[in-house]
This record gives sequence, C-alpha cells and structure tokens, in this order.
Amino acid sequence: MQSKESIFSLLSEIPDPEIPVISIVELGVIRDVIISGNDIEVIITPTYSGCPAMKQMEDDVRKKMQEQGFENIKITTVYNPAWTTDWLSEEAKLKLQKYGIAPPEESTTDKSFLTGKLKHVTCPRCKSKNTVMISQFGSTACKALYKCNECLEVFDYFKCI
Amino acid sequence: MTSQEALYNYTLRLGDTSLILAQRLSEWTGHGPFLEEDLALTNIALDIFGRGKSLLEYAAKLEGKGRTEDDLAFFRNDREYFNALITEQPNGDYAKTIIRQAIIDCFDLLFYAELAKVKDTTLAGIAEKSLKEIAYHKRHSFSWVNRFGNGTEESLTRLQNGLNEIWPFAGELFEMNEVDAVLLKEGIAVDLNVLKPIWEKEVTQLFAKANLTIPEGSYAHTGSRRALHSEHLSYILAEMQSIPRMHPNAKW
Repeated sequence: MQSKESIFSLLSEIPDPEIPVISIVELGVIRDVIISGNDIEVIITPTYSGCPAMKQMEDDVRKKMQEQGFENIKITTVYNPAWTTDWLSEEAKLKLQKYGIAPPEESTTDKSFLTGKLKHVTCPRCKSKNTVMISQFGSTACKALYKCNECLEVFDYFKCI
Repeated sequence: MTSQEALYNYTLRLGDTSLILAQRLSEWTGHGPFLEEDLALTNIALDIFGRGKSLLEYAAKLEGKGRTEDDLAFFRNDREYFNALITEQPNGDYAKTIIRQAIIDCFDLLFYAELAKVKDTTLAGIAEKSLKEIAYHKRHSFSWVNRFGNGTEESLTRLQNGLNEIWPFAGELFEMNEVDAVLLKEGIAVDLNVLKPIWEKEVTQLFAKANLTIPEGSYAHTGSRRALHSEHLSYILAEMQSIPRMHPNAKW
C-alpha cells in the first residue's frame, strides 16, 4: 500500500493547467489524501469559486491515480478553509517570478487586498518597484495586470487573497 | 414548512441570484468598452458563476431527488426561479451595469460576511470563499461609480439614468418571508433587517461622492421570493437553456 507522502509526491508531478511551472501541490489546492486499500479519496479546494481549471485538475488527478492501480477514486471538493495565496511555498513564488508572473507580495493577514492599498509590486523582469496597476483583473481569475514604469514590461501579478 | 424545505428554498434563492447575475454580466463578453474592462467583467461573472454552481450543487443535494446543479439550472422554468429581480434587469449601457453591480456588491459583501457565521457549515464555507472575491468586485464597481460620477457631464448623466432605472429593484434584496423566519430561528439565515441600514449608509455615501441623487419615492418592485418575475427572466432562460433542452443528454 502506498503512503500518503508517496501519493503527494506523485501528485506533485501534475502541473497547474494554466501556470505549468508550478504543480497543483505547490499551488495548495490538494488538501488531503485518504487511502484505504485500493480506494483513494483526494480532497481538493478551488483557488477561485469559478476557476475553470478545476475540472482539468480533477481529471489529471483521476488519471494519475488510475495509473497507480487505484480502483475507486473519489475527488471531494471542500470550501473551508478557503484557499489563500499564503499557501504558496517560497519555492513556488520564485518559480512564478522566473516565469514572468509577479508572485503575491504580502501575507493576506494585513488585509491590504480589502483596502486596495498595496505597497508595491516588483517587476518580474527588471525587479523595479516602480510599477502601476492597469487592471485588477487579468488573464485568469487569480491574476491582476500590471505595468513596469522602468522597463515598460506589462506583466501578470498573482493577487493576494 | 419544515426547516429542510426552508433551507432548500433559501439555497436556491442564493444560487439563482448568482447564476442569473453571472449570465447577465457575461453578455458583456467581447462587448466591453475596452479590453481591460471586458476582462474585468468576465472575471467577475466567472466568480459569481462559480458561487452559483456551489450553491445549486448544495440545493440539489438538499432536495434529495437525484437532480444535479445542471438539472436545476437548465430544466426549471421561470416560475421555479427565485433570483432577485435586480439581477435579471437588462444591462443597459456600461454605467447602468456598473451602478447595478455596485448596489449588489455592497449588499453581497455585508450579506456573505454574515452568512459565513451561520450554523450550516456548507453555506458558511461557500460564503467564506466568496467573501474574498466580492471584496475585489466591490472595489472595481465602486471605483467606476466614482469615476463616472466625477467624469464628464455625459458620464454623470448616464450613471444617474442607470440609477433611476435600477433603484426600484434594490429594495427587494432585503425582503424576508417564511423561509427566512424558519431559518433565523435555527441560526442558519441572515437577518436582512439588520443589514439594511448599514447598506443604505454605505450606498448613500458612495452616491454623494459620485454626485448622484437617489430617486424620489420608496416604491420597490417585488415578487421573486414567490417566483414571480419581470418578463426579462424568460428571455435569459430561453437563451441559457435552449442547448441543454434540445440535447438533454449531451456530454462534452
């Protein structure tokens, strides 16, 4: 029988369908795995309520688990506790930055996302802090659109929620 | 009315309100005034669709007749829908869409903050999740109300016209019936009477900053709690449901 750790490491091989440089485990959507004999239950939580990639993630998880010989694969969606960008590892944030997406700059505990008084967002290309928000809503639900005033690069920012 | 029946109806009311608003907002897809706003509105619609899906999924489970969220969305008629009337009103121009959204976002942020504390853990979980998203939506709609209100004579006129049209539908958001009464006793529903003065204060402040005048008269359209709607809902459903009804078992 496989251990929970080995299942987690297998799931780490599944890339996020929209941001393929990080895995769905690094993203923090896999909350738990319950193994009993040939049955497995994977508990996931959506990043955003309407994230269209969730179905793809479920299919990918199902496929991966089928390859491991599990017979009954159950995928359960939970909403509580709600997903937060605080669950992104430092390593994942670094990968995002290299990929050209500015990672969330601060912890959600300071509630800056509610007031909109974000201190600064660093340009992933030239690392300048002289950047400006173009739109609160970007190419996917989890991102906002920014522009760097130094190198003029337009980039995605992974919103803190 | 048993508390189970009340909870089913309450969840349906919330789910339908989200679904129909999202369907309306998504009409802007490809028609936004410029690219960033097109993306913003569709992102907001997507969040609200997601909330509607979670709520209808739960409603289907509460009903216990083996229906899914898709069955509820695509195979009910207008007289079985409980969405608030304000959500089915036509989008109008961008100013009207924005003022409707600001009114609803302000209500939703207050409402879902309270719903996150109710004794039903599924509803509370969905509410907790939605809260963070609604905070973003509200920032967006409030900032545009401010910009339109303090922009040009034209933008202010359009915003005021939008408010005049949509305002008589806002009061219904606070209507309570037997469903609320049953659930309030169990600690599952939100007391809308408590929210109303807080909401009024917030929107009044917003309108003042945006040079808007609240239309005179206190008449409020009502009906959705009894599944009575304006003519617009039937047209929305016709468009939304035609494909699943034509091909009921289609998979994709």
